[in-house]
Amino acid sequence: MLKTPLYDRHVQLGGTVIDFGGWGMPVQYTNVVEEHRTTREKAGLFDICHMGEFQVTGPDAFAFLQSVVSRNLEGQEVGQMKLSVITNERGGIIDDLTVYLMSPERYMVVTNAGTKDKDFAWFLKAKADKGYANVEIKDVSAETGKLDLQGPLSEIILQPLVKDDLAPLKFYYAMETEIMGKPGIVSRSGYTGEDGFEIYAPWDFIGTVWDKLLELGAPYGLKPIGLGARDTLRLEAGMMLYGHEMNEDITPLQVVYGWVTNLEKPFIGSDAIRHEKEVGLSQKLVGFEMVDRGIARNDYKIFKDGQEIGRVTSGTFCPTINQAVGLGFVPMQFRDVGTEIEIQIRDKMAKARIVKLPFYKREKV
Amino acid sequence: MSKPNPTDLKYTNEHEWAKDNGDGTVTMGITDHAQHLLTDIVYVELPALGKQVVQGKQAAVVESVKSVSDVYAAVSGEVIEANTALEGSPETVNQDAFVAGWIMKIKMSAPAELGNLMDAAAYDAFIAESH
Repeated sequence: MLKTPLYDRHVQLGGTVIDFGGWGMPVQYTNVVEEHRTTREKAGLFDICHMGEFQVTGPDAFAFLQSVVSRNLEGQEVGQMKLSVITNERGGIIDDLTVYLMSPERYMVVTNAGTKDKDFAWFLKAKADKGYANVEIKDVSAETGKLDLQGPLSEIILQPLVKDDLAPLKFYYAMETEIMGKPGIVSRSGYTGEDGFEIYAPWDFIGTVWDKLLELGAPYGLKPIGLGARDTLRLEAGMMLYGHEMNEDITPLQVVYGWVTNLEKPFIGSDAIRHEKEVGLSQKLVGFEMVDRGIARNDYKIFKDGQEIGRVTSGTFCPTINQAVGLGFVPMQFRDVGTEIEIQIRDKMAKARIVKLPFYKREKV
Repeated sequence: MSKPNPTDLKYTNEHEWAKDNGDGTVTMGITDHAQHLLTDIVYVELPALGKQVVQGKQAAVVESVKSVSDVYAAVSGEVIEANTALEGSPETVNQDAFVAGWIMKIKMSAPAELGNLMDAAAYDAFIAESH
């Protein structure tokens, strides 16, 4: 089992460690509901060291990335983060990732943990196929530690550790700065639907940052948060998870990634996606809430008028909205908000209703 | 951390408790140790009244935020009562697993099966062993 630099701390903090894509990660420290609420109401600290980071540099870096990712990177400002997907020739999603422009001709790409190696191989293959000589792609995951600090009190907790002022940093923007005197990156972004930061610091220094944040954050109610609450937080915020809502047979238009897919420019997979758009989609990801009692779970069947029409991809009971909800695929004619569907839960059919995403939206101050 | 296991109850190795009501019926639920492992219980699927259950076979379902767990019948028989209060407040199982968090009452078809269950001391030892 792979271990992040924080593994021993998770055990010491009483975390329940599980195998997550080959990594020993804490699923919870106390319980999911409590950790979920802590993040929404105060702040939560997540070990995200398992995720992948690539450096893409050189005169061809822009042209190369532009030909691989679905998002249009033209006009991207220094520090700006662009959520995107990479797709195969059939338009199927290889991964969803974020692309940061750190300085001209220098990008950081952040990938999911379980997809990191195939993403890297895909990048190298695309570089060779397209003949971009002047771009260097480097996997820096093993030297890059990552923490997510999420929740309304994140800024006040993090500020003392960071050299530069965090207040002017906008959502989906990052800055290179010093974190406890060492070079690092602070990005205002995250996977919870709250204000918060993604913090990048050297792999062998990230434990020091973790300890200091927990110490400084304790008076504000900051707690370490496991992957269990990470999942309920992201689902409540209507965010997707690779391997559930996305895989190599699902296109960005079928999920909620139309907005990160620019069909005005060519990228690997764009022809197939454009074609799909012209002929019409076969299925669409929708959010639903349970009307009857019961909790929909991954892979449960979705029915309409006695006919099986699709599958649930994620489902749980969401603590903040106090409601069982889920995501799943249905044929286009059933995708409209308000459509009543049924979820098979063991031997029973439970009524559910398609609703608008996200399930939860924070109030912006 | 868990509450002590009451000595007037019997226990299964799947972490259910059973109380012999002395009138041919048994009240059962999951133990405090079990609720502690499951953590935040957010849904209890109760058995239908009249359902015939078999000792050691699935009779109800308890769900936490992250998991779905079967509850096995502590004895065989007919379900004559289910704790419908848990439909509105499943967290009662977390708060009071041995009393208010009871799940069902079974009219025993084979009272001798009670002999298959552990007493509190044996269950204490069973939990200690599985750690």
